[in-house]
Amino acid sequence: MATDLSSLNTTASEETLAGLDELDTPTGPSRSGPRLQRVWAQMWPRLGAMILALALWQVVVLSGWRPPYVLPPPRVVASALGDLLGDPTFYRALVVTLSRAVTGFALAAVIGGVIGCAVAQSTILRRAVGSLITGLQTMPSIAWFPLAILLFQLSEGAITFVVVLGAAPSIANGIIGGVDTVPPVVRNAAQVLGARGLALLRSVIIPAAMPSIVAGLKQGWAFAWRSLVAGELLVILADRPSLGARLDFARQFSDAPGVLAMMIVFLAIGLMVDSAFNRVDRVVRHRRGLIPPR
Amino acid sequence: MSAFIDTASASSTASSAPRPMAITITGLEHRYNTTASPVLSGLDLSVADGEFLCIVGASGCGKTTLLHLMAGLGEPSSGTIDLGGRQTSLMFQEHALFSWLTAQRNVELALKLSGVRDRRERSARALELLATVRLESHADRRPHELSGGMRQRVALARALAQDATILLMDEPFGALDAMTRDLLHDELERVWQERQLSIVFVTHNVREAARLGDRIILLGSRPGRVLSEFQVPIDRPRRIESPDVSALAAEVTAALRTEVSRHGH
Repeated sequence: MATDLSSLNTTASEETLAGLDELDTPTGPSRSGPRLQRVWAQMWPRLGAMILALALWQVVVLSGWRPPYVLPPPRVVASALGDLLGDPTFYRALVVTLSRAVTGFALAAVIGGVIGCAVAQSTILRRAVGSLITGLQTMPSIAWFPLAILLFQLSEGAITFVVVLGAAPSIANGIIGGVDTVPPVVRNAAQVLGARGLALLRSVIIPAAMPSIVAGLKQGWAFAWRSLVAGELLVILADRPSLGARLDFARQFSDAPGVLAMMIVFLAIGLMVDSAFNRVDRVVRHRRGLIPPR
Repeated sequence: MSAFIDTASASSTASSAPRPMAITITGLEHRYNTTASPVLSGLDLSVADGEFLCIVGASGCGKTTLLHLMAGLGEPSSGTIDLGGRQTSLMFQEHALFSWLTAQRNVELALKLSGVRDRRERSARALELLATVRLESHADRRPHELSGGMRQRVALARALAQDATILLMDEPFGALDAMTRDLLHDELERVWQERQLSIVFVTHNVREAARLGDRIILLGSRPGRVLSEFQVPIDRPRRIESPDVSALAAEVTAALRTEVSRHGH
């Protein structure tokens, strides 16, 4: 047996690197079936759920629970949505709302990022504000608006202020949580390799914490988007048509199809951004071998 | 002392003068906090330049602590560790590679942190180091795409990137199957001889210690200290299944067993 093994070793090591455990090397992703089939496998449950929701909606309308001018059927809302998407002023409002979202979120990412890194690195700062950050996260963003309006009047500033306050705590918490869960062996390895201070943070700690950071950014986006929509209903600026303002106008004119169409727009934007974050999340985790390839 | 030089490695020079010490540890004591009983106490140990020292002991005897102190991960409570200005690098058991970087980038980062500024130079040297452990063909793989044995080869290449003369290894092959481990023993022995490193190799596998070491230290537990020392007068190249290695391993195991039973395990 011993001789058998040793002769096996020699041949193996002559070839490449081998060892019994080379058999264990993970192979590339095995994609099953053609592309169309895979897309369909992913899509049909969603389509099914959507059809079910629309059917329920239609049933409630048919039951006569509310008159159709208050609760219109899906078909009417669909045509209102079609009108909306054909209206050039809608896109002006869309641009205003999205640019507010991007600015607010970017600012929140910078502020939350700096605070998160600082708190994660310093025990004193963590004792001082660690629980405060989590507390801020639970604060409904709409509760900030009275103060924001006092501080900034009815202005872009008021909206940005609330969006940042809504998103920054989640982003900071994502970083803190991620840094806390970096395995000690990774820290030790970095230290042994001579990583100190900023280089340690940049080259090792932040990349190691990245899955949690992405999760924090994703959650931060959700809070930012909610805060923004709430803000646009409250802070309506005459020269700045926004999606929130249009939603409020639709309600004031008792335009139920318009209200529902606008809500669908909000939902769609939220979902699209969320799926973009999910894609980033998958890439990040896949790189680290945390999920099997699809 | 002279016996030790006689049995020293095949890589040693033919001179009979005592070699300079790479590591001299005197009166080492370490506690994790002031009230706790010491993890290591009254520990004296020296490692010659170019020597391959293996440390065995029961789990929890402070082997890893000792290695971490040598690597500068923490200061000893008292006593001294004199490296004579030599650099150390430390290789861990597993999961110490950076999972978000490819094999090559892992090595490149080590080069960058040890001061290699030029990007192209880093890339070239990383490939050379991966070639040293015969992994250049897997340079663009991430750790999770490699087998356990390959990961430890990358870890070895990364440790070598620091150009340290002392290599500290903490059960680096403990998680590998016997066959892969055999191959890595050959590989490590070759690298050690080519680069004339001093190696301190911690393991709980007594056969592995007899296969690799010039000398084996048995560490006692609670507190950790040097219990006994075994010279390994077996010519290289050795095979782990050879009768000489087995005989020595049996001798060390008997000593280890006495120590373990003394603690009533």
